[in-house]
Amino acid sequence: MSFLENLGKFGLGFVSRLGVSFLFLVQALVGAVKSLTRFRLIVHQLYSVGVLTMLIILVSGLFVGMVLGLQGYYQLVNFSAESSLGMVVALFLVRELGPVLAALLFAGRAGSALTAEIGLMKTTEQLAAMEMMAVDPMIRVIGPRFVAGFIALPVLAAMLSGIGVLGGYLVGHGQFGVDPGVYWSSMQNGVDLVDDVLNGVIKSIVFGFIVTWVALFEGYYAVPTSEGVSRATTRTVVTSSLAILGGDYILTALMFGGL
Amino acid sequence: MTEVNIFENPIVEATDVHFSFDQRRIFDGLDLQIPRGKVTAIMGPSGCGKSTFLGLLGGRLPVSSGSIWFDGEAIPQKKNEALFLMRRKMGMLFQNSALLTDLSVFENVAFPLREQTDLPDELIRILVLLKLEMVGLRGARDLMPAELSGGMARRVALARAIALDPQMVMYDEPFVGLDPISMGVIVELIRKLNDALGLTSVVVTHDVPEGCSIADYVYLLDSGRVIGHGTPKDMLASTQPEIHQFMNGLPDGPVGYHYPAMDYLMDLRTQK
Repeated sequence: MSFLENLGKFGLGFVSRLGVSFLFLVQALVGAVKSLTRFRLIVHQLYSVGVLTMLIILVSGLFVGMVLGLQGYYQLVNFSAESSLGMVVALFLVRELGPVLAALLFAGRAGSALTAEIGLMKTTEQLAAMEMMAVDPMIRVIGPRFVAGFIALPVLAAMLSGIGVLGGYLVGHGQFGVDPGVYWSSMQNGVDLVDDVLNGVIKSIVFGFIVTWVALFEGYYAVPTSEGVSRATTRTVVTSSLAILGGDYILTALMFGGL
Repeated sequence: MTEVNIFENPIVEATDVHFSFDQRRIFDGLDLQIPRGKVTAIMGPSGCGKSTFLGLLGGRLPVSSGSIWFDGEAIPQKKNEALFLMRRKMGMLFQNSALLTDLSVFENVAFPLREQTDLPDELIRILVLLKLEMVGLRGARDLMPAELSGGMARRVALARAIALDPQMVMYDEPFVGLDPISMGVIVELIRKLNDALGLTSVVVTHDVPEGCSIADYVYLLDSGRVIGHGTPKDMLASTQPEIHQFMNGLPDGPVGYHYPAMDYLMDLRTQK
């Protein structure tokens, strides 16, 4: 097959899959709205995708904050600006690292788990069985997971930022002797609630939406074999990671100028 | 009982059904009727479309052309409320049981009742225990699906399939992968439940002895169409080559042993 034929085939396949994914999104959103009354199902999923992801988020956030404190201090001390350490650490975390890193970790931990779970439900005909029991999997399975992913990521991102700021403080104060009052007040003065915190929250909401969408779509349309589920899980992590990083640039440019 | 009697008011009527999947033709003018209140076995070699027929019957797959009627109504070809209402009159036992792995045996059987009715918990408990007692697994109510043997899982799935007291139960290869005792239990259950609950049973199988032992009527499919039908006795006695080959498990005959391929010697001589 010639290069052009291959290119054409790839292009058609890509556009077709994109179309299917948008149709799935519409169905999933309808399912999510209808599942809002199924409070217990949503809480169960919040536990699965949110609470079980907390550990990796908190540990990562602490270390990232400590590294930021370390690197920030080494650079700032050259300009005698170590009093701004709190602001630097907080801005890095709240604006960028919090939402992006939390989303990447979320995609790796919860996104892959969602894809594998839905894919295996498809492989073992559990979704087909639900349909035959006149139960719509979009409402019973996809909807609650969509709502949970959408809620969980912003909360996890906030946790990552919070513990990261604490990590930066531990290094700044504990290792380098930065005054605690200076650390916290520089953060308070330098971080704006709307420009920084709110924009970070918006980013994490968008990322939560993207990761959950990709994960559920890949699981729902996985080829029902062990290899198919394995490929779908890999695609979830790769696609959502790329979407998070690309989307972060676009959102940052929109929020802070550049586009 | 004569054929005329049992087909007086069929529960399912498929007329000139065509169905293709990924450009592969599965059904090419399929016509069959499922008699009400009877056990009908749909048999045929692997890949002849037996399970696909259940997909069409349950509205999970849309027919390319032709029609399938269930209980006097055409099966909706789109996933909508009408299809879901129709499915409440059907139960299905999947080949690998398809139990919801995060729910216990009790909750699996309670699942359709909780989803489709507003019955109080006390009544659901009684109904679930009744169904589990029918399949002999009342004592296993607290087990998880991973703790069940293949035969037990299939019996739980059967209890779940009849939880809403459907008019018709479809069985997709119910005997596959079971030990002789479990198979005997399932064979007996299908027959007993059909008669005791007044169901109609459609059993898709390639297991000739078991299928014939419980069926009132047998359809034999191959090459996208019905190649023979009749009572198990008639089918076993048939001298029609295709029917004779399948019913007696002969390795070669009209249904070829070899997958279609180019000439053998030519193939060996070809470099690529």
